[in-house]
Amino acid sequence: MASRVDEPHDDLIHVTPNPVIEPGHTAASVTDKISALVLKRKTPLAWYIGFFISFSLANVLMFTIAYLVTTGIGIWGNNWPVGWAFDIINFVWWIGIGHAGTLISAILLLLRQEWRTSINRFAEAMTLFAVACAGLFPLLHTGRPWLAYWMLPYPNTMNIYPQFRSPLMWDVFAVSTYASVSALFWYVGLIPDFATLRDRAKNRAFKVVYGMLALGWRGSARHWHRYETAYLLLAGLATPLVLSVHTIVSFDFAVSQLPGWHATIFPPYFVAGAIYAGFAMVLLLTIPLRKFYGLEDFITLRHLRNSAKIMLATGLIVGYGYMMEAFMAWYSASEYEGFMLKNRIWTGPYWWAYALLLITNIIIPQILWSKRARHNTAILFIVSLIISVGMWLERFVIIVTSLHRDFLPSSWAMYRPTIFDWSMFIGTIGLFFTLLLLFIRFLPAISIFEMRTILPGAAPKEEG
Amino acid sequence: MRKPTRPAIYGVMAEFDNPTDVVAATRRAHEEGYRNMDAYSPYPIEALSEAVGHHKERLPLIVLIGGIVGLIGGYALQYYVSVINYPLNVGGKPLHSWPAFIPITFETTVLGAAMAAIFGMLALNGLPEPYHPVFNVPNFALASRDRFFLVIEARDPKFDREATTGFLRSLGAQEVADVEH
Repeated sequence: MASRVDEPHDDLIHVTPNPVIEPGHTAASVTDKISALVLKRKTPLAWYIGFFISFSLANVLMFTIAYLVTTGIGIWGNNWPVGWAFDIINFVWWIGIGHAGTLISAILLLLRQEWRTSINRFAEAMTLFAVACAGLFPLLHTGRPWLAYWMLPYPNTMNIYPQFRSPLMWDVFAVSTYASVSALFWYVGLIPDFATLRDRAKNRAFKVVYGMLALGWRGSARHWHRYETAYLLLAGLATPLVLSVHTIVSFDFAVSQLPGWHATIFPPYFVAGAIYAGFAMVLLLTIPLRKFYGLEDFITLRHLRNSAKIMLATGLIVGYGYMMEAFMAWYSASEYEGFMLKNRIWTGPYWWAYALLLITNIIIPQILWSKRARHNTAILFIVSLIISVGMWLERFVIIVTSLHRDFLPSSWAMYRPTIFDWSMFIGTIGLFFTLLLLFIRFLPAISIFEMRTILPGAAPKEEG
Repeated sequence: MRKPTRPAIYGVMAEFDNPTDVVAATRRAHEEGYRNMDAYSPYPIEALSEAVGHHKERLPLIVLIGGIVGLIGGYALQYYVSVINYPLNVGGKPLHSWPAFIPITFETTVLGAAMAAIFGMLALNGLPEPYHPVFNVPNFALASRDRFFLVIEARDPKFDREATTGFLRSLGAQEVADVEH
């Protein structure tokens, strides 16, 4: 990161036709504009409407959980042999969405992609809330969530320990490490901005709360140096972490013997799918955000265009994954693999899910090859929504169609989600948006100090 | 606190409105022989931390140690549980089935290193530190907006209230103020 301030950014801002930040901004105007979102600006009516809807849905989640915990997971449609259904589909879907946040904040930082600066804070918040929603599903799927701590290895009077050879245990460690590191990474990024809010706030309560959160940050040159070192090291650590998390999530399936799950393509294909879904969610969130909060100067068309290109690329990797799954099923000459493929694509009762998956995840996103489409926010928004549905269907196809036809025809069954499966899923969407709207209201949604570093004239001029 | 020897003020603070001037001023102060000083900026400036004399960074070593502790701790936990304390035959695999222990070892390594990076950074920076004398200067609130500050501390052997103030004024500071304790 040493060169982040040494490089002249003036070219970047004036020469490129689609800048990462519109010209004419200074450190003062960037600070005032972003901190005003939290401190001064009247909360837009759209925020209240959005909050009302999402908070209502979050309450649906609360009631569902209350009923679930008092009754048992029999209220879901899970059966035998489909023992994993919405709980795992939604877990994988949410955690995948979270991965784009880490990609933007860590991987793009290491790759010196400066356009990431105005969306990384927001994307990290998205990661955190998506992981929170994801974590609810396996936790509640245990049936007795108050005993979830049994998954942790600690000396106990029952004299038993978890089984470390199981991918499900790997998942416990991967997801909890990911949640902890993401939360800390996010908080560390916020510290200098908390200091800015502390110094700008007029309201006494805000001043005290932001002051405490800023930990007494004063922008000392020595502090900044350590801060930048820590931030860069964290980015270097978060990069393999995010890849490992979805790899381990895919091991939950790939390590088993079930046709449709037992495939070596799973780790890379799951990681690409996660980034695909995550960028779709980033666009779904930033397009309305920049519109309602007037942030077109900071989140420019260049951000949307680059996100669209990443979606196109990762979408093609996902398409390759589908092809390889089918190819390996045929090439393996295994009777069971071959049956799984035929059943999944055309003879089985869930053929429509696979067909919808191909349409939403592979065919429609090809519109992003067109430059006109990449520059049209309405099209980007709709395509992102379609991809989000598509990635959900992908997990549905992988989990349900693989499970519902077991090796023994006598155990074949159908899976139908109940109203509580749906209310729980929709409830987590409500929870996600509730947290996100509170974040936009009370915390700077764009990293203020990082925006200052990419302004023209941010680097000291060296004489001689 | 060493009450009797405590200087009357914490130091003298000069304010600048651009990064070039503050870096140049800090370098001049260092050439002049001042050592107990610090500069403040609204965003990281690599040249500024060098100018105040911050060269050696211990943080990467702390992170490495954190990572190694996580690595050994994670593997040792699994080894102890699976081989010594709770040996369990799973599908005829050896008790010490090390490939199966790698994913968790990897996660605990990252966790240890990340914790070391964050808490190490905060500890070396002496944060949280709710009170600091520099906050007594009203204009210092702009250090988190668009102003740059250089503070020469009174405990510096070369410090002289009059002379240092005059010196800072000569460097083209917008304003020079005393920093109360």
